[in-house]
Formats: sequence, C-alpha cells, structure tokens
Amino acid sequence: MKRFAALIDRLIYTRSRNSKLALIVDYLKHTPDPDRGWAIAALTESLDFPAVKAGTVRALLATRVDEELFRLSRHFVGDTAETAALLWPEKPLPFRGGVGVGHVDGAQPVEPPPAATREQSSQVSLPSPKGEGGLSVSEAVDALASATRSDAPAVVAALLDRLDADGRYALLKLALGGMRVGVSARLAKQAFAQAFGVPVDDVEELWHAIPPPYAPLFAWGEGRAERPDLADVAFFRPFMLAHPLEDATVDLADYAAEWKWDGIRVQIVHGGGETRIYSRGGEEISGAFPELVTAFDQDAVIDGELLVRGDAQGGEAASFNALQQRLGRKTVSKKMLADYPAFVRVYDLLAAGGDDLRGLPWTARRRRLEAFVPRLAASHFDLSQVIDATDFDDLAERRAGARDAAIEGVMLKRRDAPYVAGRRAGLWYKWKRDPLTADCVMMYAQRGNGRRASFYSDYTFGCWSEQGELLPVGKAYSGFTDEELNWLDKFVRDNTLNRFGPVREVEKSLVLEVAFDSIHASKRHKSGLAMRFPRVSRIRRDKPAEEADRIATLLAMAT
Amino acid sequence: MAKARTWIESHPHGIHVKPADVWIDPSRPVERAAVTHGHADHARSGHGSVYATPETLAIMALRYGVDAEASHNAAFPYGEGFERGGVKFSFHPAGHVLGSAQILMEYAGERIVVTGDYKRRADPTCARFEVVPCDIFVTEATFGLPVFRHPPTSDEIAKLIGAVRAEPGRSVLVGAYALGKAQRVIAELRGAGWDAPIYIHGALEKMCRLYAVHGVDLGELRLVSETDKAEMAGQIVLAPPSALNDRWSRRLPDPVTAMASGWMRVRQRARQRMVELPLVISDHADWDELTATIAEVNPRETWITHGSEDGLLRWCELHQRKARALHLVGRDLEEEA
Repeated sequence: MKRFAALIDRLIYTRSRNSKLALIVDYLKHTPDPDRGWAIAALTESLDFPAVKAGTVRALLATRVDEELFRLSRHFVGDTAETAALLWPEKPLPFRGGVGVGHVDGAQPVEPPPAATREQSSQVSLPSPKGEGGLSVSEAVDALASATRSDAPAVVAALLDRLDADGRYALLKLALGGMRVGVSARLAKQAFAQAFGVPVDDVEELWHAIPPPYAPLFAWGEGRAERPDLADVAFFRPFMLAHPLEDATVDLADYAAEWKWDGIRVQIVHGGGETRIYSRGGEEISGAFPELVTAFDQDAVIDGELLVRGDAQGGEAASFNALQQRLGRKTVSKKMLADYPAFVRVYDLLAAGGDDLRGLPWTARRRRLEAFVPRLAASHFDLSQVIDATDFDDLAERRAGARDAAIEGVMLKRRDAPYVAGRRAGLWYKWKRDPLTADCVMMYAQRGNGRRASFYSDYTFGCWSEQGELLPVGKAYSGFTDEELNWLDKFVRDNTLNRFGPVREVEKSLVLEVAFDSIHASKRHKSGLAMRFPRVSRIRRDKPAEEADRIATLLAMAT
Repeated sequence: MAKARTWIESHPHGIHVKPADVWIDPSRPVERAAVTHGHADHARSGHGSVYATPETLAIMALRYGVDAEASHNAAFPYGEGFERGGVKFSFHPAGHVLGSAQILMEYAGERIVVTGDYKRRADPTCARFEVVPCDIFVTEATFGLPVFRHPPTSDEIAKLIGAVRAEPGRSVLVGAYALGKAQRVIAELRGAGWDAPIYIHGALEKMCRLYAVHGVDLGELRLVSETDKAEMAGQIVLAPPSALNDRWSRRLPDPVTAMASGWMRVRQRARQRMVELPLVISDHADWDELTATIAEVNPRETWITHGSEDGLLRWCELHQRKARALHLVGRDLEEEA
C-alpha cells in the first residue's frame, strides 16, 4: 500500500503526461502481482465495491471523530476521502518531531537521523517493494470485495488502522473511486506496453478481455506465458484512425468518401454472450447506453459513430451538444433515454460470426457491412452512406455545402486498405469542414500548466450583446505560436485590471480572431452560446475592440 | 484577583491593555504597541512606541522602517519586560520565527499570555516555545482543525533533497515566506548535510543577512540574479511564494515547483498553487500541538485569536474548557503559514 500511496501522491502533483507515464511504468515494473494489477485497475476506475460507499465512511468517522469537527474539516478540505484520511485517529503517539506531551521546557527532543541519509523518503523513486510490510493492495482489495453492507464499516476501520495518512487516502480512493489523478485507460495501456516492451495494440486488445488484476496479461508481458487466448470474449479492437488531409487531394478511384459525423466514435462488440460498447480510448461505456447494448443482438463487431436524434433535426442526428447530455454517465434515467435517443451510424464491420474481417480490404468489408446492417434494428443502427461524388472537386463542393448539424467533414478511406490500428500514412484521411471564425475580445487570462506555468496562455474571450455588454463566449489555449504566446503574455501583464486568484482580468482592448468547429445554443453560458474546439487563429492588433463580433452574429452560425 | 475582562479588551484591530494603554499587535497605528513578532499581520509601522524583543525590533526596522534605536521604542530580551500602569509585561519565546515572543501580562494577581503565532517543534533559527503558566491563554489557531498534523520536518527536508538528486538537470524552486520560513528551510537543509550553495531570490537577501547577524548560520547563499542558469541545475533555489509561477522563474533551469507551508497538507490546496512538490513545513502549531499546549498550560480560560477558531473552540467545548473567539481582523497571511 505504501508504494501505491506514493504513486497516487506523485500522480496528483505531476501534470505532464510523460512524467505520469514514467511513474506508472516504474510502478508496474517493480511491483509484484497481484498488487500492480489491482493498482492499475483502481487508477483507471475499473473497480467497484458495492458494499463500501461514501456514506459508509462518513458513518464510520462519526464513531471515531466528533461530528462537528468532521463537518468543519470536511468543509475546509472539500473531499470526504481526504478529510477522513487526515482525520482518522492514529494510535496515540508522542508528538512527532519532538514535542512530547507533558514536556515542559528545556528538555531537548531526540531528533530523527539526518534526513539526507534516509533513502526511503526520496521524492522520485517510490518506496522499495522490499520491506513494505503492513498492508498490501491485494489484501485491501480482498477485504473490501468480501465486505457486506453490515460489516463494511468494521472492515474499513480495520484497514485504516493499519495505514498512515497517505495510505489511508489511497485506500479510501481505492474503495470509493473518484481517484482523479489524470490516468486514462489509454495511458495505463501505454504504460503497460512501455514497461514490458510489447505492442500497445496488443495490450489494447487484451486489456478488456481480462479482468483485474490482469495476471495473464502480466505473465505475457514478462514473457512467462503465451499471449492469452481471446476466443469467446467481448474484447476491444484498437481503432483505425485518420490523418488530416491538409492541402492534398486524392483520386476518388482509390478512395471512398463518407461523411464524418460529429458524435463519438464507438465500437460495439458482441462475444461470449455479452455486448460491450467501447469509446475511442478503449473505455467501456456500455452503462451509459443500455438501449444500444440491448438492441445489438448479432455476433459481430462494428465501428461507428454514436449520435442522438434531435427534434429540431426531424429525428435525424443532432449536434454534439445534444449528445453531451448522455456522456459520462454510469447509469441513465428513462427521461434521458426518451429525450436523447441514441443510435449508431455504422462505418465498418470488423468481425462477424467469429471471423476477423480486419485483414480484408475496405471494399470487401464494405460489401459485408451493407449486407449486415439491415439485420440490426433500424431504430438504433443505420449505415453510413458513401458519398457518390464524381470527382474530388465535386466532393469539395458537397463538403462546402453540407449544413447538417452533425456533419463535421468528410472521411476518405483507401479502398484496398485493411483495417489496421492507429494512424497509418496514406490509408485514411479526415477532411474537416473549414472552421468558422469570429472576432472576439480578450476578457480574462489564466496561467497554463507545465512548460507554460509562467505564461498567461488560457484566454477567455467575449462578444458584444445587444446592450453593448461584453459577454464571455469561450475559452482558448491553443492556435498561437511560441512567439505569439510571448506577446500575449506580455499583453496580459501590461493590461491587467484585476486579479482573482490565478485569473487576471484584462483591459478589453485586444481582438482575437477565434476559429471553432461549430457553435451551439447553451443554457449554461450567460451568452447563450457554446463553441466547439475554439482556438486562437489570429491576433487582430489592428482591429478596435468595438468592432468585434456581436453575439447575434454568432447565434446565426449556431447549429 | 482582578477580572481579566475588566482590564483587557479585544477589538477587531488588536488587544487593548487598558490600565497601561498598550495595544498588542495592533493592525492600525496606536500610541503604544507591544509586538509579538515581525510578520506583517502583527507588526505594522506608524506606532508611537514599540515594545518588542531586540530581534523583532531589528526586523521591524528592516521591513517597516521603524527606528530601533529611537528612545521611544524599547527592546526586551526573553524573560525581561517593563511595567506600565500597574501591568507587568514580559516577553517569552514562542518558537515561531526569529525573535517571536509570547507576551505575559500580570495585573492585580492575574496572568494573561498572548501567544502571537507559535509552534512547539524544534527550529534551528529561533528559541523554542516555553510554557508560561497563566489564567488566560490567548492562542492562535491557524491550523485549528484536526486534519492538520504536520509530519516530521526531517522527512520533508529529505523529500526535498531526494527531489533535487533525482533530477540533476533541473533545479528545485521552493516557495517559502521571506521572513522565517525561508531561513528555516535553509537552516534545516544545512542540518541535513546540504553543503552546496543555496540560491535565493533577491527579496530574501536582506532578511537572510539579518538572521546571520543574529547568529543563525545559513551557509553560502547566492543570488539567482547574479548566477548563470546552468549553474543552478541540480541545486535548490528559494523564492517568495508569489515568485513561484511568475516570469522570474524562467531564469531557472526547468524548475520543479515546491512550496513549504502547513497548507500543503491538503492536496487540493497544493494543486491549486500548481505545486509539484508540496513540503509540509510550518511555523505554526498543528492541531496536536495546539490542543496539547492548551492542556499543558491549563489556563482558566482560552481565548482564540485567528485561524480556524471554530475547530479549536469545539475542542475546548468537548474537553470542558472555557473558551471564546476574539475575531481579530487582518490576520490572514496565508502565504506565511
């Protein structure tokens, strides 16, 4: 638990993705089974202990700590697990650091040995696995998993008693979830691949087929066992991805064109008697879309775009904004199901009837797909149509004319290409619609992270209301060069009106041309607008702030 | 015995000792001020007369332009004091920063101690807190919630040294308050065997020199402004917290941002400050020290000046101790904790 606790602590304070990766690699390499498997499952929120909930912990604390002191502390700290970890009464110790209870004056305390010689506290290397002693992650997992609702408080209490404050924090996060250390399933898989020198695509496939603590996966990674056999399991296949087309053109004799829909890319897998839905990163999102799980009754694997139907679109695909209502949910209410009905526009067929079709060229897969889709419920699945453009210019014209709320651009797929994981040169291209732009006024700025920690690099910008008031319409932190960032940073510092913690309010004088993929009505924002993928496209030093765009102009672009 | 509340009064801007017409740590100019220590939320300029320890007076001279030599000001070493209006004042070590003192007042058979800020654990840069028996104990409560338990300082210093050694190409930039915390971190590093020069922000220079004059050996210090970037790789740099993520930090080689403060105990606080290496090193008593000190001093009444008064009040209530909160204003130097 010490190593796991140290890992979590380091991840909390580490902002760079590469540093996070290095920490997890180190942990996976040097931690025994099954601890490392449970740990990685906990980091990726793949564990659930139904008998242990936040209420369990609160009730438990009430038996050990005065309720009022808990309430005051919880209010200050802002997180139940952390409050409980810090508050949990330790076995009475004399004052650490030398102040003894009952010590009057004069008596010098015994100081610990010189700090520099105490290697185990070193900041970067995690505590040595040897001599860890105490509680292991797997012991904790076993205890939590076998707890019942009635004995859960006693089980948790017994575990907490064996840990220090950092260990208690790790345990409670492990038990309750909500780790929030910025480790996605994708990052975890990359760490695994890097730790053991195996292809990340293989890890992607195997990961979801094997339950925590992933012992066969580690055995394979370390070369102690064959690659696990995945027959009869609803496992994830890594997605095939596209490069941006940029300024190139392609011959439509070699490439098929389809609309690129603005939903979320999903893979639906039926195998071993169950159906699972995976997002692009390989996270399972079946729980959020139960109607699709039920409706998908074929022994097959499809790749498609998950969308919701909108009334405004006459039952056709609605904008991404509408889809967002359905994302990030573990369970979903009946009202949600009715208000935002989900469906999948199917792009590809990766397996059917137990056959892996990924090695076939796109044309062959497409024939199979066209025959396959009619076997699915039309209410929840339809076929992504091939655009019958005569040539590239015709395609460009259609792309420019597409006004459908949910169309993001065009996909170009090489007709003779197999379905391969990741982005391969020349096989698939995405050709997004030209971004929309608006001239906005910088209102607030905030410092960035990591390399940009000393730069004001995140900008909130606004447009004019009918009443002549500047209302925020979005936030951008990309699109500029390093040189432009230097200039923007200086502008912020030289034109600060107010400081609110890390945020600076600036003189409303700088016009930024902001590019965005689309814009939607939104009740959450005072301006009534929400931009998708806003970024700074130009700094308009030449333009007076009064001539920036008005909210009404932006509303007219909304889909 | 006199009733304390008849001769000592709490106001939002300080504590007034009526028979002597002396204010303790007033936050606005008064005729006569007794000052516990040199931090800006306790020591201000513009008073008629200042009574303090010699070190505190020297700090006030450096920071606020108080004339330490002027005859209307007076310096009292620990254990000594003065009498005015029948009230006997004396200064006793508080263990907070160099020169910090608790002020004991005796009047008509009653003893009141005002702690100012204090801590109980060892600090190589200042005299250790002494328990002064009294009837009324006026305590701070910066960390008056049971979530605050500072780990041993030596562990935090080891963490800091470990971080520097782990990435020799980078510097570790420690945010530390310019009066007290910075010098303590340096002295603790020296005590742990860190002999290399320590690099400091210009804002720390004068105070470090003042500490050295008062016998606190800080070893070799170099100014960041006079040093090549490359020289600071693998080295420790100290700056006031406000400089951590400021343009100033760009002159350091890829710094790891650390911060030495009791607030670093709470992860979200540390994250808000964009700190990568939180060091829980505080010059204030933690919860265990606060509560044990009250138990040890065992006063008839406990008055709580600033911080998380509610938590400490609740503890007093649970332990059947008479207590009240004074609600002083302007005591919120978060950076200094």
